Amino acid sequence: MVGPGSARLVARGLAVRHASRLAWALTGVDLVVEPGERVLVTGASGAGKSTLFAAVAGLLDPEAAEVFGELTVDGEPPRAARDRLGLLMQDPDSQLVMTRAGDDVAFGLENAGLPPAEIWPRVDAALADVGWRYSRERATQALSGGEKQRLVLAGALARRPGLLLLDEPTAQLDPAGSDVVRDAVSRAVAARGTTLLVVDHDAAPWLPLVDRVVEVRDGGLAEHPPGWRPLPRAAGLVLPPAPAWTSPVHPPPSGITDAGEPGPPPVDPAGRRRDPALVAAGAGFTYRGTTTPALAPTDLALHPGQVTAVTGPNGTGKSTLALLLAGLRAPTTGSVLASADLAVRGERRPHRWRAGAVVTRIGTVFQQPEHQFLTGRLRDELELGPLRSGTGSATARARAEELLERLGLAPFADANPYTLSGGQQRRLSVATALATAPRVLVLDEPTFGQDAATWRELVTLLAEQRAAGCAVCTVTHDRDLVDVLADEEVAL
Amino acid sequence: MTASLALGPAPDVPLSRINPCAQILASVVVSLVLLATLDVVTPAVVVAAELCLLPAAGLTSLRTLLLRTWPLLLGAATLAVVNLVLGDAGVLGALGIALRVVGLALPGVLLVASTDPVRLADALTVHWRFPPRVAVGSLAALRLVPLLVAEFETVQLARRTRGVEAGHNPLARVRLLAGVAFTLLVGAVRRAGRLATAMDARGFDSGIARTNARGSVLRARDHVFVAAAVVVAAAAVTTSVLAGTWAPLFVGG
Repeated sequence: MVGPGSARLVARGLAVRHASRLAWALTGVDLVVEPGERVLVTGASGAGKSTLFAAVAGLLDPEAAEVFGELTVDGEPPRAARDRLGLLMQDPDSQLVMTRAGDDVAFGLENAGLPPAEIWPRVDAALADVGWRYSRERATQALSGGEKQRLVLAGALARRPGLLLLDEPTAQLDPAGSDVVRDAVSRAVAARGTTLLVVDHDAAPWLPLVDRVVEVRDGGLAEHPPGWRPLPRAAGLVLPPAPAWTSPVHPPPSGITDAGEPGPPPVDPAGRRRDPALVAAGAGFTYRGTTTPALAPTDLALHPGQVTAVTGPNGTGKSTLALLLAGLRAPTTGSVLASADLAVRGERRPHRWRAGAVVTRIGTVFQQPEHQFLTGRLRDELELGPLRSGTGSATARARAEELLERLGLAPFADANPYTLSGGQQRRLSVATALATAPRVLVLDEPTFGQDAATWRELVTLLAEQRAAGCAVCTVTHDRDLVDVLADEEVAL
Repeated sequence: MTASLALGPAPDVPLSRINPCAQILASVVVSLVLLATLDVVTPAVVVAAELCLLPAAGLTSLRTLLLRTWPLLLGAATLAVVNLVLGDAGVLGALGIALRVVGLALPGVLLVASTDPVRLADALTVHWRFPPRVAVGSLAALRLVPLLVAEFETVQLARRTRGVEAGHNPLARVRLLAGVAFTLLVGAVRRAGRLATAMDARGFDSGIARTNARGSVLRARDHVFVAAAVVVAAAAVTTSVLAGTWAPLFVGG
């Protein structure tokens, strides 16, 4: 269906270069999107997808980027056609303006100077078209990430755009939230017949929703044939196995090997031969001033050479559990205890350790890499942990060099961490945790929003840590990650 | 967690039915009287009248009231003690000073407790022609405050994961806090940039005269409310003069 007022997008010989960069971000891009057509733009991190989105959305600052070639929406340059565009971007919290749902959808109509009597019917229509299930009075702060994005979409739709532009709208959402967003988008385009351009590195989930797929590669554009499907990201991935002394899935019968001869005696009944490095026993957490626990009492043991995945829906306290395991918060019930050989002068409770002692024992990787960056150079960032834990500066430097090389970050050794791409930042944050060679690694959604290439690098990196005897614990929604890597899954 | 700080729509209390503009005007009226005198009777009458409005603003439990006003009460008490010890105001004078501070600040407490920020912005733009850039921009910024608080906690925890910790050294603590503040600032600026882009994309501040979907109406009760404030102010002055305590601040000679 082609909706009334659907826009036509034309790019011919489009080339973009960001100021202060020598390389072209995009070159020779040709793309025509007919009115009512739905197109997915995919491609790896850093291929130029975001630049293309910014150009089409009219967000490129003319002083910060050179643009050559033709780019029009209904014959006008994007900046002039701004009122014909509806935008949905990554971060829901920086796209909502008002405290109530209805007011937020009305915001764009007030800006257009519509009389109040015309605003509310259009607000209701837009909310209905995205499948909104609450009242107009609903507080925006109380919404889940997916529902926030649904609301942002309604706000864009209310202005009756000719072209809907989506930039990785599910990148910051869990699988359930992503489904909500795609549901809203499919309802919206079905109801309005608006032209749709989706930019996302994760192509597969959008395929049922779009007419065709183009891929940004090396700054240019290539069209995929009908029926194209992306390779599964785990395809052909060969990982170093868990160390031979762990066999958590199929514990050997005690004391007897295949040949029927007595083997080395297992140490614990599950067949693991190393004691756990970290044990949570009935560990729970309730925030001060609240009555419902953020984390119900949980039992968990992290064994050396084993990957434990913590899964479960939102709100079950997965991230809180990670904070307890990482020694960042003290459990309000139960206990989290390290093994005797990890203890600091007999103290086995990680939250009682000094920060300098924590980093050599437990490496922690947060969801947002930027929260953990403390210095202005990658090199300094990697040396920080070792220096803080009392390692000599020569050793720290050597360790940093080695990690930079291994993770392909050596060309950026003197760059500011904030200037890296999302995938590079994620690799750096894992590298900083590894710099102190901790015996335990705790990660919160390490593969969140990462493209296939970064995903494979991360999974390989974690498998290497496991092979080296590290006890790895990852909180995740990522089913592929659990399937490929987890030796044990704890569902909250 | 920061759930308690989440800025949702304000609860609907009886005082919410008074237009924010009327509330502001009323507080200006009583403030003028409080600023004009140094005695103890005038602020006592004004504060008494303001206290009568607490139930209408939903502030009935002592706990919630203290939670919202403890910095104010602490400040007023400190001021009174300082004046008592160092000044020549005497007990009554010091009490008068404390009451004035409370009397000046309580209307603000009442306004915040009863008024949705959105209604306030609506009233200011509709009746007093506040530029939407400022009013709506402030609303958008207000939404980001709880996010900033949550981020503050995360960034602090994140420092510990990198081996950085102040321990008991106050100087290190200040330096650490400065670092956290800087990280937050960087994040806030970037988020604000994204928000501005999103608002632009929905036609904010594009030169078209903005309409207001909710509107803001001044009713008879709003006029009555302001008139009542004038009556309270007059009553306070009259009582003070009759009691012989009236001590105007600005008198020639």
